[in-house]
Amino acid sequence: MTKTTLSYWDKSTSAAPLAVFRIGFGVMMTYSIIRFALHGWINSLYIEPTYHFSYYGLDWIQPLGSFTYILFAECGLSAFCIAIGYRYRLAIILFFLSFTYIELMDKTTYLNHYYFISILSFLMIFLPSNRYFSIDYYHTNKSLSAVPSIPRWTIDSIKLLLSIVYVYAGLAKLNSDWLLKAMPLKIWLPSKYDIPFLGDLMQQEWVHYTFSWTGMLYDLLIPFLLVYKKTRIWGFIAVIIFHVMTRVLFPIGMFPFIMIVSALVFFDSTLHEKILSYLRIKLEPFTSLWSTLSRKRNRKIPFEIKYQNFIIPVILLFFSIQLILPWRYLSYPGELFWTEEGYRFSWRVMLMEKMGSAQFKIVDASGQSFYIQNDDFLTSFQEKQMSSQPDFILEYAHFLGDHYTAQGYKGIEVYVDCYAALNGRTSRRLIDPNTDLYQIKESFQHKDWILPLEDEIKGL
Amino acid sequence: MMNFKQIAILLFSFSILISCTESNDDSDNGSSDSFDRKALLENAADNIIIPALQDLNSDLINLKASKDLFITTPNQANLDNLRSDWLIAYKTWQYVEMFNIGKAEEILYNFQMNIYPTNTTDIQNNIASGNYDLTSPNNNDAVGFPALDYLLYGLSSDDSTIIDFYSTNTNAVGYANYLSDVINQMEALTNLVLTDWTSSYRDIFVNSTANTASSSVNMLVNDFIFYYEKGLRANKIGIPAGVFSTTPLADKVEGFYSEIYSKDLALIALKAAQDFFNGKAYQSTITGVSYASYVTTLRTNSGSSDLTASINNQIEAARTELNQLDNNLFNQVNSNNTAMLMTYDELQRVTVLLKVDMLQTLNISVDYVDADGD
Repeated sequence: MTKTTLSYWDKSTSAAPLAVFRIGFGVMMTYSIIRFALHGWINSLYIEPTYHFSYYGLDWIQPLGSFTYILFAECGLSAFCIAIGYRYRLAIILFFLSFTYIELMDKTTYLNHYYFISILSFLMIFLPSNRYFSIDYYHTNKSLSAVPSIPRWTIDSIKLLLSIVYVYAGLAKLNSDWLLKAMPLKIWLPSKYDIPFLGDLMQQEWVHYTFSWTGMLYDLLIPFLLVYKKTRIWGFIAVIIFHVMTRVLFPIGMFPFIMIVSALVFFDSTLHEKILSYLRIKLEPFTSLWSTLSRKRNRKIPFEIKYQNFIIPVILLFFSIQLILPWRYLSYPGELFWTEEGYRFSWRVMLMEKMGSAQFKIVDASGQSFYIQNDDFLTSFQEKQMSSQPDFILEYAHFLGDHYTAQGYKGIEVYVDCYAALNGRTSRRLIDPNTDLYQIKESFQHKDWILPLEDEIKGL
Repeated sequence: MMNFKQIAILLFSFSILISCTESNDDSDNGSSDSFDRKALLENAADNIIIPALQDLNSDLINLKASKDLFITTPNQANLDNLRSDWLIAYKTWQYVEMFNIGKAEEILYNFQMNIYPTNTTDIQNNIASGNYDLTSPNNNDAVGFPALDYLLYGLSSDDSTIIDFYSTNTNAVGYANYLSDVINQMEALTNLVLTDWTSSYRDIFVNSTANTASSSVNMLVNDFIFYYEKGLRANKIGIPAGVFSTTPLADKVEGFYSEIYSKDLALIALKAAQDFFNGKAYQSTITGVSYASYVTTLRTNSGSSDLTASINNQIEAARTELNQLDNNLFNQVNSNNTAMLMTYDELQRVTVLLKVDMLQTLNISVDYVDADGD
């Protein structure tokens, strides 16, 4: 046992796939940051709102006013450095920190895709992604005809992470709403009536079921199709079709392209060497730019991961957390989709159509009471997210309580009249209207002031 | 390895097979996209919005005429006549306010027609100086129906004194000019909005059937819900009842100075909202394609409960509460505000059905939530 384990950690492989992955990642992230800025989202999501929803315990992470722009610039610049392989280790650490900070500034914008980028960039800190075709190793690339080799587990770790994302997303689809009711696709797809060619098809009930089932099967099977050489090309075609489809049907930004490019990592190094030699020809005219940046390196020493004794336990711990975290919902009673306790960071993608309406009531010691107009404090996006998610509701209730206490009201109590509708069910009360939310402390304990859905969604 | 591929293909076809049989069990027929969104927009434009605007425009032309008559001959009969035309136009306005779309949105029509409570200080200052720009945002609360409410009812508690403002007052000309300018402005704005609809906007409007933030199908329903929530539920009932403040704010009722029309205006607004939802033609009982029929089609297709009926029933419940109130909501707030609050609660339940259930069914994004999704 120990012997095989040891031999696995000692195996090495071509550095080309990881180099292509690094370049793809860097380019996509650079573009994503620019796209984010061009849409004006830095301003509308992080600067304009007067209040920001924080993750539990992380309320010290706040937007930095107009310095937020600098944070984004720094993030984009480090992504670019990752792409060209310039001071890679520093760049990937800065990217991980700034990107993660950005995502933690306001949980209104939480997306599984952003979480994926955060943990992937964390993993990449420990990988020798700059070993080949980078400015850091510019001279060695030029003189050595052979592609350098790197530990095999470094590339496998990316494959494993991608596989976890897919398989867990597939497992999450094994529920009665998704498979037996074709929800929420039955709500979403008909509204795509204006898409050319597909618009009419999207109205068909059998299409909703087909999409639900193939989506589930796709997620569960795709890592295996990509791992096995014989099915790999079919798997990759499926990746392209699936992600292009999701791009056409849903507003999911850059993610489909990121996943398509990422899936290339499953291919043999021959493909990646072809890609790199093509890039090399294209980049030839810019050689003078690179060489000024590059530092001379000793070209003889084969790559060794320093601090291997430290890095491998970190990687193992990282993956253990990844494998366990999505199951934490099992420790909470109630319907997961309704309470959303343990919902995030679990690859539960596109599983719910949930809308809510929350009307907060402030009562003071004298018994005076009034309702809140949410748009006095929140943007429409924040209000939409807040209205159907209990942890947002609690946080906002505390914000309101603090706000009116600071205005001089005594003995403030905060109640909410909140209705939500889940996957086509008729709206019903989400929160106990008689609970003074201002007295409730946020914690990882079960929120017993969430009223039951009184309907069971079977499955995982 | 070949086996694996075969298994995959097998599973794939199996899933398609299952899903097909599933759909056959579930409902008689997964209908194709039979719903005609263009017909919905045509019905809204041709049978509801444009007729209401035409009616309002002619009401305001009448109002202009009776205003001219009153200014020429300020007496009780002409004041009564003017007030009566003001009320007719104000009632028609309740059918127009929710359509803050196209030219109306562009020129901030609503802000120049019905911002209340009106600012009497601004009005008096404008009259005193004789130098004002009625289109200025600063004057939004000094123009429109609420300003007329003040000018025709609120200058004094007895009518003869009010008439004196336009006849014997040292600045009678100033009062008359302001009254005249406000009414002329309202008519000009309405004419502008109406002409835009009838000349070019109607065709642009009915052909914008896509599901995007800026398409007519989405904007119209977003405007409708926004109006219902703010213009109707909050402004007419909630704010005066003190729902959003520690104490009731009775003087924030619509038609504060004329006193007795506030409930009537709210009832008409509720009917206008319901009629629009159901696609009922303006001043008629004929119904056409509407959001109600859109919702019904989608809910029937997905096998969910009848939401259209729930919405209409809840509007009925709100109307029942509203009907029990004093004609003068100012008095109602001061005498028995609980009844106001109960009306608000019923109106609020409609908001939930519209904002949560209806929007989820239509799968229309709430206004301009502009960001990537999962």
